[in-house]
Amino acid sequence: MGVLLFELALTFYFAATIVSIIELFKGTKITSKIMLLLAGIGFGIHTICILYRYVVAGHIPITNFHEATSFFSWCIVLIFFLLQLRYKISLLCSFVMPVVFVLMLSSSMLPREIKPLSPVLQSYWLGIHTFLAFLGNAAFALASGIGTMYLVQEHYVKSKRLGGLFERLPSLQILDEVNYRLITLGFPLLTLAIITGALWAESAWGSYWNWDTREVWSLITWFIYAIVLHARLVAGWRGKRAALLSIIGFLTILIAFFGIKLLRKGLHVFL
Amino acid sequence: MKVFIAGLNHKTADVDVREKLAFNGPRLEEGLIRFRELPEIQEAIILSTCNRVELYANVSDTLKATESLKTFLSEFHNINKGSLDTALYIYNGTEAVRHIFRVASSLDSMVVGEPQILGQLKDAFDFALKKKTTGIMLNKLVKKAISVAKRVRTETRIAENAVSISFAAVELAKKIFTDLSKKVCMLLGAGEMAELAARHLVSNGVKEVVVSNRTYERACDLAKEFHGRSVRFEEFIQEMARTDIVLCSTGAPTYILTKGQMQKVIKERKQRPVFIIDISVPRNIDPGINDLDNVYLYNIDDLQGVVDANIFERQKEAEKAEKIIEEEIDTFLKWQSSLDSVPTIIALREKAEEIKRDELSRLLNKIPQIGEKEREAIEYMASAIVNKLIHPPTTVLKEDSEDRDVLIATIKKLYGIDDEK
Repeated sequence: MGVLLFELALTFYFAATIVSIIELFKGTKITSKIMLLLAGIGFGIHTICILYRYVVAGHIPITNFHEATSFFSWCIVLIFFLLQLRYKISLLCSFVMPVVFVLMLSSSMLPREIKPLSPVLQSYWLGIHTFLAFLGNAAFALASGIGTMYLVQEHYVKSKRLGGLFERLPSLQILDEVNYRLITLGFPLLTLAIITGALWAESAWGSYWNWDTREVWSLITWFIYAIVLHARLVAGWRGKRAALLSIIGFLTILIAFFGIKLLRKGLHVFL
Repeated sequence: MKVFIAGLNHKTADVDVREKLAFNGPRLEEGLIRFRELPEIQEAIILSTCNRVELYANVSDTLKATESLKTFLSEFHNINKGSLDTALYIYNGTEAVRHIFRVASSLDSMVVGEPQILGQLKDAFDFALKKKTTGIMLNKLVKKAISVAKRVRTETRIAENAVSISFAAVELAKKIFTDLSKKVCMLLGAGEMAELAARHLVSNGVKEVVVSNRTYERACDLAKEFHGRSVRFEEFIQEMARTDIVLCSTGAPTYILTKGQMQKVIKERKQRPVFIIDISVPRNIDPGINDLDNVYLYNIDDLQGVVDANIFERQKEAEKAEKIIEEEIDTFLKWQSSLDSVPTIIALREKAEEIKRDELSRLLNKIPQIGEKEREAIEYMASAIVNKLIHPPTTVLKEDSEDRDVLIATIKKLYGIDDEK
């Protein structure tokens, strides 16, 4: 059942990705609607899939890499739809859906069995810490998507060739504003994730900070986004520079997320 | 008598060539009068806008006219003939009529369907009328062109959602800022197109308009119209720290805003984006400032890129318009060839008058004893006979019949009218 739900969600995300790519090159009102519908159905099934796993496992299903990647994808789609309510940037789907699909695909290739929870993870911090961390990172993921859209749109306006996506991309100001909003959403979430992580580490290992690889990378990420916000408020680094930094920031997150897994080092081995 | 047009536009010449050949301000009057005084030119109108410079004339020998016009242009604007050849197009006869109709109907415009060109053509015509450089042919031609343009506008959708430079500017502003209601726009100089763009921006919600002009009084007047503020020209750069959209159209011969100055402005603005539209020819703003982050500079040629897509969409409407124009060309050509019958009518009347005069004087010499009353009666009768006799052929000549060419020839033969007067 759980497998079926997961595969179904993956299939819908795949279909949404295909349509989102068509939308990118030959978009009409219809493709846009189909894309959102497919992504929406995928998201619904995905939600049920995660809830189902929660019930079966008896704890928050973010305890191994398969679950984490899946949950991360879910957070990204969640924030996408929340943004959609306010800003209606449907085209963002074309920039986000392929990433979601790749994440889900890699998740599908990782071991899925539900193992008994190791004693370290048996804590109420599990839910809080991981949820904050992934939601924050998902906000950064979308910020990078919006940042990419900004760069594309800026390129059209600067080069004075207003073909292609120019008509359908939102204005530069909107993109910049949403980028900023997403970072101001992601940054406190990441900060809280680091704080809750430290508290959890204190209760599990007896020390707030252990210079574990993931801790270090999180700190690097935190600094990058701190710089993004600081530069914006103080030196007015907006627009292109903010967009570029938000893309660099998200690449750092991806490196940290997958790189550490491949190296299998540090205290966060379970994730 | 032939319609003759020489000109260049945004398609044949870049802004740097057009700015050299433009007839601006006092140069227009001087240019128009010198153009009219060329021996090959009988009537003259000059249309000089940001996008085109066109000279309309009535000539008898198009080859001679072309040569003498090129010499005139190269001397007047101090530009070598070689570079003229690539930029200049020459039309005469039917082609020329078609061209001016297309120009007036805005089919030849950078933004097809934009309405400004018609006003500019009217202005050019009024100016020529005032300077008395036009005659029967060009008067008719331009009036016809204006009526054709009106017909095109009402019968096709070419002018609907009209895209003009100013409209394109508003569209771009919306793609940079979204919401214009918190934005401040500055109007530099008093170019008509910039003013129009400012009006568009205001009707799209721009919060405030700031006006700056070399003539401070003019700035104040304009500012009043926009319910805005006026700023001394020396202070416009400081003011830019607070303005989001700049519309520039001054007559300055050089750059009034350099990259270095703009760098300071954008720093002071904490990188808040600025949209600058430089519709002046010659350009007034250093093109290099477009390289700065968060500065978007568009000159008049750049705006062409904005509207190319729309031109494509308007193609169908344009095709309808072309059909209308073809019809109208026919009616104009008929009128034009009716001019050819005028000399025939005049010659016929002269011939009749001559006969009347001769016969009257002979008769009156024979009977000198008659009184004044009788004399008048005889003269009256002679005139009546002549008039009644030449009335039918005159009417026929004036009619727009298909075989009029033949009729003209026949009448000339029957009445023995010589072509050589």
